[in-house]
Amino acid sequence: MSRPESPGYQPPTSEVPVGRGARRAVNPSLVVGAVIVGAVIAIALLSFVWMPHDPTLVDASKRLLPPGGDYWLGTDKFGRDVFSQILMGSRTTLFVGVVAVGVAAVIGVPLGILAAMAPRWFGEPLMRGNDLVLAFPALLLAIMFSAVYGGSTLVAMIAIGVASIPSFARLIRSGALQVMDTEYVMAARAAGRGPFAIAVHHVLPNVSSLVIVQASVSFAIAVLAEAALSFLGYGTPPPTPSWGRMLQESQELLWSAPRLAIVPAVAIAVAVLGFNLLGDGLRDYLDPKLEDRR
Amino acid sequence: MALRVLRRILVLVASLAVSSVVVFAFMAVLPGDPARVALGVNASPAAVAELRQQFGLDQPLAQQYLQWIGGLLRFDLGQSYVSQAQIAPQIADRLQVTLWLVITATILAIVMAVPMGTIMALRHRQLSGLALSAISQIGVAVPAFLAGILLITVFAVRLGWLPANGWTPPAQDPRMFVRQLVLPVLSLGLVQAAVLTRYVRSAVLDVLREDYLRTARAKGLRPLPALWRHGLRNAAVPVVTVLALQLATLLIGAVVVERVFVIPGLGSLLLDSVSNRDLIVVQDVVMILVLAVLLVNFLVDLLYLVIDPRMRDVR
Repeated sequence: MSRPESPGYQPPTSEVPVGRGARRAVNPSLVVGAVIVGAVIAIALLSFVWMPHDPTLVDASKRLLPPGGDYWLGTDKFGRDVFSQILMGSRTTLFVGVVAVGVAAVIGVPLGILAAMAPRWFGEPLMRGNDLVLAFPALLLAIMFSAVYGGSTLVAMIAIGVASIPSFARLIRSGALQVMDTEYVMAARAAGRGPFAIAVHHVLPNVSSLVIVQASVSFAIAVLAEAALSFLGYGTPPPTPSWGRMLQESQELLWSAPRLAIVPAVAIAVAVLGFNLLGDGLRDYLDPKLEDRR
Repeated sequence: MALRVLRRILVLVASLAVSSVVVFAFMAVLPGDPARVALGVNASPAAVAELRQQFGLDQPLAQQYLQWIGGLLRFDLGQSYVSQAQIAPQIADRLQVTLWLVITATILAIVMAVPMGTIMALRHRQLSGLALSAISQIGVAVPAFLAGILLITVFAVRLGWLPANGWTPPAQDPRMFVRQLVLPVLSLGLVQAAVLTRYVRSAVLDVLREDYLRTARAKGLRPLPALWRHGLRNAAVPVVTVLALQLATLLIGAVVVERVFVIPGLGSLLLDSVSNRDLIVVQDVVMILVLAVLLVNFLVDLLYLVIDPRMRDVR
């Protein structure tokens, strides 16, 4: 019986993972992700200069209007324009994401570099403590913060940011450890450069692509966490529109007006998809020489 | 081997000790007097003082912590500041409900993700594999509570096949129990499956490139049997790791999903206690959740030793 050609018989070159040159090519994830993220940012910017209606304007005579006419996506139970709320809500989403990721990166990146450069007796416990924070997911931490401080956008942003520190620190540490092994770091040491100078001039630039990728992934997590928090009533307080709260307000109307749930649901999912794809795409595109272990 | 297990146990105990201090400090040191918070701003100072004394809040923090942790070790979680009910039986009841959700969702996720991820890896250059990848990418972008709301609009509102929410204990009405369990488990499980599928795919892809698999194919094994006999164990290590890491996400996802489906689980207890400012219950529930996560991570560490004999020798 003739054996069909199987992967085992192929020349090894075709089985080798895509080469560096090919990876450099712009990949579909990157393009789709960048387009979606760009669109979310554009919508947020647009909301500053133009919105069809005031998203917070309550008008009992316009309750639950179906989509069409003056109200592209209809109105909610308070007569507020759903489309304008989506526009305005994108601001909240991006704002929370930017601050949360900022908090995580500003603390997590130096922490990771420190853990990599510090002596073992210091670095090891630091990472153990870091891993411990992983047992507290963003949402749990945010609920704990809310229990003490009450729910607000600020509390949500900080809690999500703090919960995202460990993943930054862990990834950056593994990258920094590899940089510390390189000859140019050894040369810098031999030349008498101090640890701080090495961290800033050699380690940081070489782990920057890891930071960018992780920022995109963390952004997606932040968007999800903000939506869940607002859905639970611990996030952005009314009347500021938020996609998560739109979902919460739609729950009692699932029977009469399911579109009120579907519109913000799609907005959240598309935004998260965008940041996830962007993260994946950047990972391949930037081709960090420091492979992060999955 | 024994030394390795012992080390893991020590790490677990140390992690538990540190996290209990963190949880306690979080609730105790932060501003706001739990007694005043529980009684409301209009309570008289005498009533507040009495409550403080009743719950030992007037004692030094270190002693309060030791009392709390001592109680935890004896499964005595104290009394609610608000309802004055014992907390342990309440948590035990609620935990059962949440465990039903989390365990069935995990099983669903594994049953879906392992074959799907394997297919995606075997056909990673074909349209079918890419299509599955795209679907899983979308699944990852949908949080469980959102999936829940969408499932309700389709299966409860549009089609009317299943109840939109509620919870019936299995002993009371098994049929209703299953009907009510389907949608919440699907919302948690499908999202989990999407995440897991991507890891199964990359784990199987890695294994497919290994020399031993090429050898297995060269000696005449068809792709699937070769993968079954030689690849699965090797692919299992990263997949099990992700399962454990995802547990924290799954538990917290269950908290929100319980709210969507009005299920009286641990999550509902946590959220209700937050609204009632019943900080001791919040503290207990958070500690139980953290305990669950750390315990599963510990068990997974032990599982590695079973899956991968090579790890037994490493120091």
